[in-house]
Amino acid sequence: MITYVIRRLIWAIPFLFAASLVAFALITLPPGDYVTTMAQTLAESGDQVDQARLAALRARYGLDQPLIVQYFMWIGGVLQGDFGMSFEWNQPVADLIWERLGLSFILEFSTLIFAWGVALPIGVYSAVRKYSVGDYVASVLGFLGLALPNFLIALVLMYIAVVHFGTDVTGLFSPQYRDAPWSWAKFTNLLAHLWIPVIILGTSTTASLIRIMRANLLDELSKPYVVTARAKGLSEWKLILKYPVRLALNPFVSTIGWAFPQLISGAVITAYVLSLPTAGPLMLQALLAQDMYLAGAFILLLCCFSIVGMLISDILLALVDPRIRFR
Amino acid sequence: MANESEAAALPILEIDGLVTEFATSRGAFRAVDGISLTLHRGKTLCVVGESGSGKSVMARSILQIVDQPGRIVEGSIEFNAVRGSDRVIDLAKLDPRSKIMRGIRGRDIAMIFQEPMSSLSPVHKIGDQVGEVIRLHERLSKKQAKEKTVELLRKVEIANPESAVDRYPFEFSGGMRQRAMIAMALACNPSILIADEPTTALDVTIQAEILALIRSLQTSSDMAVLFITHDMGVVAEIADEIAVMRFGKVVEQGNVFEVFAEPKHPYTQGLLQSVRDLDRPSPRRLEMRQSKPLGEARLISQKVRKEFPLSSGFLGRKKDVLIAVNDADLELLSGENFGIVGESGSGKTTLGRCLQRIYNVTSGSILYQDETGQSIDLAPLKDRELKQPWRDIRMVFQDPFASLNPRMTVGQIIAEPLVTAGGMSGKDIDARVRELLDLVGLPSSAASRYPHAFSGGQRQRISIARAIAPNPRVIIADEATSALDVSLRTQVLDLLLDLQEKLDLSFILISHDISVIRYFCDRIAVMYRGRIVETGPTEEVCSNPSHDYTRSLLSAVPVADPTKRGTMQRLRYREQA
Repeated sequence: MITYVIRRLIWAIPFLFAASLVAFALITLPPGDYVTTMAQTLAESGDQVDQARLAALRARYGLDQPLIVQYFMWIGGVLQGDFGMSFEWNQPVADLIWERLGLSFILEFSTLIFAWGVALPIGVYSAVRKYSVGDYVASVLGFLGLALPNFLIALVLMYIAVVHFGTDVTGLFSPQYRDAPWSWAKFTNLLAHLWIPVIILGTSTTASLIRIMRANLLDELSKPYVVTARAKGLSEWKLILKYPVRLALNPFVSTIGWAFPQLISGAVITAYVLSLPTAGPLMLQALLAQDMYLAGAFILLLCCFSIVGMLISDILLALVDPRIRFR
Repeated sequence: MANESEAAALPILEIDGLVTEFATSRGAFRAVDGISLTLHRGKTLCVVGESGSGKSVMARSILQIVDQPGRIVEGSIEFNAVRGSDRVIDLAKLDPRSKIMRGIRGRDIAMIFQEPMSSLSPVHKIGDQVGEVIRLHERLSKKQAKEKTVELLRKVEIANPESAVDRYPFEFSGGMRQRAMIAMALACNPSILIADEPTTALDVTIQAEILALIRSLQTSSDMAVLFITHDMGVVAEIADEIAVMRFGKVVEQGNVFEVFAEPKHPYTQGLLQSVRDLDRPSPRRLEMRQSKPLGEARLISQKVRKEFPLSSGFLGRKKDVLIAVNDADLELLSGENFGIVGESGSGKTTLGRCLQRIYNVTSGSILYQDETGQSIDLAPLKDRELKQPWRDIRMVFQDPFASLNPRMTVGQIIAEPLVTAGGMSGKDIDARVRELLDLVGLPSSAASRYPHAFSGGQRQRISIARAIAPNPRVIIADEATSALDVSLRTQVLDLLLDLQEKLDLSFILISHDISVIRYFCDRIAVMYRGRIVETGPTEEVCSNPSHDYTRSLLSAVPVADPTKRGTMQRLRYREQA
């Protein structure tokens, strides 16, 4: 088990290196750089563009160096926790992203808990009582949840909240806490706002989890070991929860890894609609503005989270399934 | 005292007029149709029947664990040994989910199943699964339950029971898993043990050990055993009473010696006849060899070796290999039937696939003499160069259900090798398919139907038709009769002999079943752990084996004659390290 983990960790290193190369290539891929974009914006607003000044800017940011040098300057900084400066915000990238990522994490984690908490019991019920009224109701709701885009649900909920209750459901904080430092009051305020995006973001996940759980469990319910357990004299629910549900859960563990990249790229549209201060919208903005160090940091983190997520779910899978562990 | 002997004489379980139905969209299907049986303390009742005869459903009806949507609609199952009560309880009247029914399951009546792998949960430890029954029915602490579990595992002869409790089923061999299942069933000293084909998935040597174990446990605890099987040899070995089932009904029951000596029902007679037929060389084959002696060598395997990489070590470094076939030498003559016998994992299937060159061989050569008399070594050839040899050497597989594509018609399936070979017009192919169907004894109307419309035996005929389509010269039949009921086995083997007479064919029959080999093969090779330990004419090897392993294998095969019970000395083979 330990050698397995160590081997996987060692394997992660070349992958991370490759990911950083790809991330850097991606941000330098579009023609021009941040200075050209800025010059264009200035020109559009009628300002004089002084070529010498632009060149000075380029030299200051190292943009006139060959790409390979730029890469090593960048990655060297990253390894020391310095992601560079954001051109657009004029702030260190690290300061910009960590708070956003923290909020993304809280949102993502709550959504995951919500989705699992709701989906698993419903999925188990649907499978055990296959073709019952309850199963049909769950299936219909599940399909609805899958078919409706999240941002549409967000819009509808916002409309209802504003028109009928006169409250604003956007954002994660009330206005007075938005830029305030962290405090207990700010945290409770966050919790009060959190449930709406959690429900909105959770619907499609919940719906698909219900379907997957139902299908997994239906496969397991007809296995001979269930009959064996029944022949032992176990009560029906106890045996279902102990044996087939335990096995039907295994595939879910591998989906935990998928949640990690979602921290950055997940639910961008919904986050825009609800104006949530999470990582997704910021990344989109950075990409549009060719704010290369900010965008690069996001893309690099996205890749790293994917690799780390997969690693974590593989290790978890080995923990819950002895057949994998002993191979 | 008088009371006790009276109680012992009473049947422990009395099934009367039991009917179990499955609701289907086309009305109810009666899987069990009015069965009456009695079970006595310390006795073994064997229920025999072919697949689909309803024997498993009957057994599950007793514990009310029939799969949905099956349910008992009529009859009674009177059980008179409920622990702590002297009442007689009708199990058929109980609610399947009731507390009293659950109390009886596992405590008073326990059950073991056919597939020891899938019947145990793969992610729970052995100790957990066995100990669960004890904790469920007896008030014991976790520690006491664990101690009792260790004791049980020791009782069923599992090595190192203290460490075995903390291991998972997949770390055990098939025989060990079945022992763990038995330990689980015996946990609460049940008065009835229901065994549903407990040895069918096991090798004969392990089967013999499990049967001996069940017998010894039965005598020490006066337990009644209801044993379900399709194997007449097993019945002869262990039964006191026998009940023969067909189409959900019991066609004949009685004392095992009487039924074997004088079967009354024609179905029982046929069943016993087909078992006895298989126990000797086919007279048909002996006759054929008289009129047409065997020719020269057609397929020669010289020191064929096949290794599989077992694990790629750290960063892909080659660490270990499994030697599946270890320098196998054999020679198949033209017009000969050659048998390869061995237990699971002995490498017989791998050898068969190497000979056809579906697998690459690690070393050695496979000399094949083609129609023109030219000898080619198949071992080093590339796929491209193997086209013709692959047409000449064909395979028939074990599972007639999985080896036919369910979305192709029978005609398409049989025509496929002809179409790939090319050079035939559509009309010619149709004519050839009809001819082939006729050869294997199926009507030409079968061509337009799909495999699911056929029974197991008919499907195996379709597989054979597909194999002989491109006029092959060698057919490798890998366990081709193992998935079939006994009465069908001789039919399929006779069909193969028929074809041999009409066409110029040599057969390699791979099987774990000595009786099938004895009936069909002229010479056999016995395989053990990748090595051919003995080769020779079938009768000679069977009656006078020279290798110790062959002797132990033959001594483990149950003989379908209850009067010979206990006369065979069981030999165990242990390879010298």
